[in-house]
Amino acid sequence: MSSVHVQRRSMMFRARSFMAFVFTPQPPIVEWLTELDASLERSTGFFVGHPVVLDLAGVQLSAPAIAHLIANLEERKIRVLGIEGVEPEVGETGLPPILRGGRGTRSFELPESQPAAAEPPAPLPPQKPASLMIEDPVRSGQSVVFIDGDVTVLGSVGSGAEIVAGGSIHIYGTLRGRAMAGAAGNARARIFCHRVEAELLAINSYYKTAEDIEDSLRHGPAQAWLEGDVLKMAALN
Amino acid sequence: MAQVLVVTSGKGGVGKTTSTAALGAALAHDGEKVVVIDFDVGLRNLDLVMGAERRVVFDLINVIHGVAKLHQALIRDKRLENLCLLPASQTRDKDALTEEGVAAVIAELRTKFDWIICDSPAGIERGATLAMRHADAAIIVTNPEVSSVRDSDRIIGLLDSKTAKAERGERVEKHLLITRYHSSRAARGEMLSIDDVLEILSTPLLGIIPESEEVLRASNIGSPVTLCNALSAPARAYFDAARRLKGDKVPMIVPSDNRGIFNKLFGRKAA
Ligand SMILES: Nc1ncnc2c1ncn2[C@@H]1O[C@H](COP(=O)(O)OP(=O)(O)O)[C@@H](O)[C@H]1O
Ligand SMILES: [Mg+2]
Repeated sequence: MSSVHVQRRSMMFRARSFMAFVFTPQPPIVEWLTELDASLERSTGFFVGHPVVLDLAGVQLSAPAIAHLIANLEERKIRVLGIEGVEPEVGETGLPPILRGGRGTRSFELPESQPAAAEPPAPLPPQKPASLMIEDPVRSGQSVVFIDGDVTVLGSVGSGAEIVAGGSIHIYGTLRGRAMAGAAGNARARIFCHRVEAELLAINSYYKTAEDIEDSLRHGPAQAWLEGDVLKMAALN
Repeated sequence: MAQVLVVTSGKGGVGKTTSTAALGAALAHDGEKVVVIDFDVGLRNLDLVMGAERRVVFDLINVIHGVAKLHQALIRDKRLENLCLLPASQTRDKDALTEEGVAAVIAELRTKFDWIICDSPAGIERGATLAMRHADAAIIVTNPEVSSVRDSDRIIGLLDSKTAKAERGERVEKHLLITRYHSSRAARGEMLSIDDVLEILSTPLLGIIPESEEVLRASNIGSPVTLCNALSAPARAYFDAARRLKGDKVPMIVPSDNRGIFNKLFGRKAA
């Protein structure tokens, strides 16, 4: 008989990528904070609960100064998930972890803020098509974030659930929650759904809440797209 | 093989405890060995609805902490000898529940009973997640109104992510139980229709329990409605649901006001 020996399985860790907003403070920091306050005023609470990364390559800050800046952001309910563009030693001071290798996306406009002078979007490098297919209903409280491409949901998206896609969003059931397409700065992304009862639709950060969705479109199949800075909707048939 | 069921909803006051007692008693009445467990530590109710509140000595927390053996804490029903209750503690809070403790209690109960029915507290916190942790199947109790339905949707998401089965890549079987259904209000469009609820939650229907005075009367005398008045409309609906749980095909009936008589046949297939 062969001897039985128990082999310990190595522990499994899953990797997951999330989209974070990158803040690039410019000197003088005090003025930069004032500017930030001005934009936040137009979009209250926008960053609450969303991960934020501080890119400090453009400023020379000591570890205590960084800590002070983070405290200032925290007062504005902005939680810093990690920092970029600093010397590795800074990482040993109890500050958020130093991040490396983040993939850039185009810049992001706060909703409701005045549209900046339209800068011609840099053509994206050709990349292989990426899409995420979800076969089950997306339930209240669940958040599906897929920045690399399109998201297709075969079932419904419940009230209080959200889909965030770098590309377009296709929902074959009823959309009762939130759909945010083109989330990494793609103005050509669209949202299609078999039945709109949405709480919020957004493309490239321009959004419409339930109140702004025309009654004539509710309960039917519809699509949403961006024309300039206007989120348009039309029935699909 | 023992079946562990969790009766859950997210929202409070929708009828979880009522349904746990009624279904547990209905299954026991049909000869199954059943234990109902109260997970609502700190706000226990199931003992009252089962009429066992004067016989509680030890509780789930005592068993978890090794103060009592499981058999000392189980209370046998006076009407049905194959029905037991494992009460919650009223003086402790949900932090007294430990992951390992709950796992050990459920594992031991699996060797002794056919059905282990866990009455979940409201909310999505520790008590609720531990109640669903070891479930093979879930009964999602929903009232036909939007807040209850949305909370149920949230709970279904947790059943698909936070349970031991989900973590093993398996699925917790799900059954939707619509309770406190008011046929006249439904007719007037004051409540969501059954179809709306099913469409939103896309979960198979286990039963529809009408709103009824009988439920209150039963809980006032400390009896599951299925034992107190087995012929009442809610009791019959619970008996049908219990049979569907066992895998029987029972036609679904929408309760109607027609002098309490069930009439309209409902063509939807059961769970
Ligand atoms: N079908 C029903 N008809 C009338 N009253 C009901 C019905 N189901 C539950 N109730 C009442 O609703 C209240 C809450 O029920 P309970 O089972 O304790 O809910 P939960 O455990 O979900 O908090 C109780 O007073 C109960 O008697
Ligand atoms: Mg209860």
